Amino acid sequence: MKILVPVKRVVDYNVKVRVKADASGVDIANVKMSMNPFDEIAVEEAVRLKEAGVATEVIAVSCGVAQCQETLRTAMAIGADRGILVQTDEELQPLAVAKLLKTLVEKEGPQLVILGKQAIDDDANQTGQMLAALLNLPQATFASKVAIADGKATVTREIDGGLETLSMSLPAIVTTDLRLNEPRYATLPNIMKAKKKPLETVTPADLGVDVAPRLKTLKVEEPPKRSAGIKVADVAELVAKLKNEAKVI
Amino acid sequence: MSDYVAPIRDMQFVMKELAGLEQVGQLPSFGDATDDLVDAVLEEAGKFAAGVLSPLNRTGDQVGAKWADGKVTTAPGWQVAYRQFAESGWTALACDPEYGGQGLPKLVSTAVMEMWKSANMAFSLCPMLTNGAIEALMLRGTDEQKAVYLTKMVSGEWTGTMNLTEPQAGSDLAAVRTRAEPQADGSYKIFGQKIFITYGEHDLTDNIVHLVLARLPDAPEGVKGISLFLVPKFMVDAEGTIGARNDVHCVSIEHKLGIHASPTCVLAFGDKGGATGYLIGEPNRGLEYMFIMMNEARFAVGMEGLALSERAYQQAVGYARDRVQGTEAGVRGGGKVAIIRHPDVRRMLMSMKSQTEAMRALAYVVGAATDMAHDHPDEAVRAQNQAFVDLLIPIVKGWCTENSIDIASTGVQVHGGMGFIEETGAAQHFRDARITTIYEGTTAIQGNDLIGRKIARDGGVAMKAVIEQMRAVVVQLNDQSGAEYKAIRTALSAGITALEEATDYVLATYGSDIKAASVGAVPMLKLFGIVAGGWQMARAALVSQQRLAEGAGDAAFYQAKIVTARFYADHVLSQAPGLAYVVVHGAAGALALEDEMF
Repeated sequence: MKILVPVKRVVDYNVKVRVKADASGVDIANVKMSMNPFDEIAVEEAVRLKEAGVATEVIAVSCGVAQCQETLRTAMAIGADRGILVQTDEELQPLAVAKLLKTLVEKEGPQLVILGKQAIDDDANQTGQMLAALLNLPQATFASKVAIADGKATVTREIDGGLETLSMSLPAIVTTDLRLNEPRYATLPNIMKAKKKPLETVTPADLGVDVAPRLKTLKVEEPPKRSAGIKVADVAELVAKLKNEAKVI
Repeated sequence: MSDYVAPIRDMQFVMKELAGLEQVGQLPSFGDATDDLVDAVLEEAGKFAAGVLSPLNRTGDQVGAKWADGKVTTAPGWQVAYRQFAESGWTALACDPEYGGQGLPKLVSTAVMEMWKSANMAFSLCPMLTNGAIEALMLRGTDEQKAVYLTKMVSGEWTGTMNLTEPQAGSDLAAVRTRAEPQADGSYKIFGQKIFITYGEHDLTDNIVHLVLARLPDAPEGVKGISLFLVPKFMVDAEGTIGARNDVHCVSIEHKLGIHASPTCVLAFGDKGGATGYLIGEPNRGLEYMFIMMNEARFAVGMEGLALSERAYQQAVGYARDRVQGTEAGVRGGGKVAIIRHPDVRRMLMSMKSQTEAMRALAYVVGAATDMAHDHPDEAVRAQNQAFVDLLIPIVKGWCTENSIDIASTGVQVHGGMGFIEETGAAQHFRDARITTIYEGTTAIQGNDLIGRKIARDGGVAMKAVIEQMRAVVVQLNDQSGAEYKAIRTALSAGITALEEATDYVLATYGSDIKAASVGAVPMLKLFGIVAGGWQMARAALVSQQRLAEGAGDAAFYQAKIVTARFYADHVLSQAPGLAYVVVHGAAGALALEDEMF
């Protein structure tokens, strides 16, 4: 069976981002970019399924600017067999990405789509769910364990207060949580091989998808700076301050 | 303890804009070394260095390697990290594809090596020594020796060591006494004791391949009577299967100032009847083979100087950003500020940063020239690059390592009192750096090599060719307006003049008064390093100016590069005339006292 793994190019998790002067968004010019860590977990899981003989092919997909090729090469260095870049300079929102992925799922016919539960840039946590809805396929989000057997996926998910185990028929959509696995370090031979693996580039127009943004960003601002602390005399004063000034109780 | 982040942006800049990655990639052996592949390699190596090796650096220092009953236990985490390192294929980066290597250029392995050494110098020594042994076998091993040992060493399944030093034979290898007795089957029995053997015994791999200098019974005295032998820890049959334990044993390990996690072993050969060894190459030519590899080894130790400087700098910047102390000079009524706002802290950080970048630029340029010297199709180009490499090796080794002690010391200073406290981590870099000016030839040996073999022997031809290249950069600087360029031009021009003056003195004096010339050897080495670093920083500033004018993105990087080059010119390059003065005038005072008067 084939597995499709969508991967997103995001600002590297080590980078301290800055808001643009005109408050239109986060400044990503000349900032180090990497694969969304949740997607890295998705690639790792797909590759493990292939190594275990469950999957036959792992296809990585990325939607966005030309440099997403690097993200796809990273996925192929971990072990994906080939890559598809849906290239556009347009701002992509989760619904547009879900629509793009839908056409690719229809074209490639994977039994499983594994992707990060969310991307660390916008934290939307929507693409997987939207993709499942558009394709009318079962979904299991926040996976911490995935087992495939007899045409079914058994997925353990992390929920408030514990774990929930779902069984779904394939094809299905799985989104990954942090504890699903620990992604490997790419080996040097695989980095060298990744360069020679096939990478196909298509555009949203080729796929017949309108990716125009539906949501408008009004303003992006830095969180308020933490102000200096004060000492309170007693519990009564603390409670009064929490109630009247901080308004949290 | 700070985290290490590989300085990939600066590495890419130096590789692409100064060292000529594109030309190196066009050499016949390196078709794979395209920009995007190199970027991917740097990226992944950086992840491994930061994620696996760097977190072990501190534990390695605190716990160190342990010896008991002839066995060495490496520091906690070492076994897993080594296995991961080998399985990831990093041991094979620059090795010959015929033996399982990836055959990437020296320029690429240089950058990757910097990462390993920054992240965890004590760890990095193991693959580094193995590489040296691989080189020796590649060079002079028989086909049979290569077949049995090389693939396993390239894959990291076995490691290698270099056994040169003996208690009475340190810098003076002519005094080597270890004996090799020929046996009827063509092998030899080795008897003797070797000291200072890095990773001479450990628990990382199933076997260790020792390369050992020893004397044959009929060998002439001195350096012309030393042969090179391969002595495996466990005997190996033709299929590579491990057999009986060989008679080579680790009798103790040293307690050292730094690199605690790197076991420095005393190895006893032949205490129980003789260690079986095999001759490598021809009899009595062992030292000659060692010298062929010496460039590689000295270059690698020079990289340690660079790598530790980078690590110390990262640590110091991190602390200076966080540590709030005092108010900003000249600002009335302002609040408390992080110490990075204080002028002298900035001076220290810039001094660390500018010298580290200058060393990186020079070392990578030499790395690229090594590729050109090995693989360029045109013999004249090969020869020209080889002359350049030979001239600059003592500089990369001596100058980068001497600098690293100063830079790591400045790193401690930036931390103030906390720098003197071990748990901060700044002190480890200082202690680790201290060995680098000693092993693989002390700075004095590098200095003597420079003024003797590299300058006097060819009458200064190679040196003058480099000075000519430096002058060409001064001409380019003339076309730039702006205070930065004026400062850089002035200092570089004065530095080159100083270098010429000192070179002329060495050429004039070496034959007639070798003692006087030798007093100036180390100052000469530092002078050459400082000016060569200034030359590279000036090139970096010129490229940056061009990129800014083209509107290429990342303006902040290029602006910082120009400012850093200017700082280097004003604070470091400006020392060149003083060093030239020492070279020319320093002998009288150094040599005049009678021994009893000290």
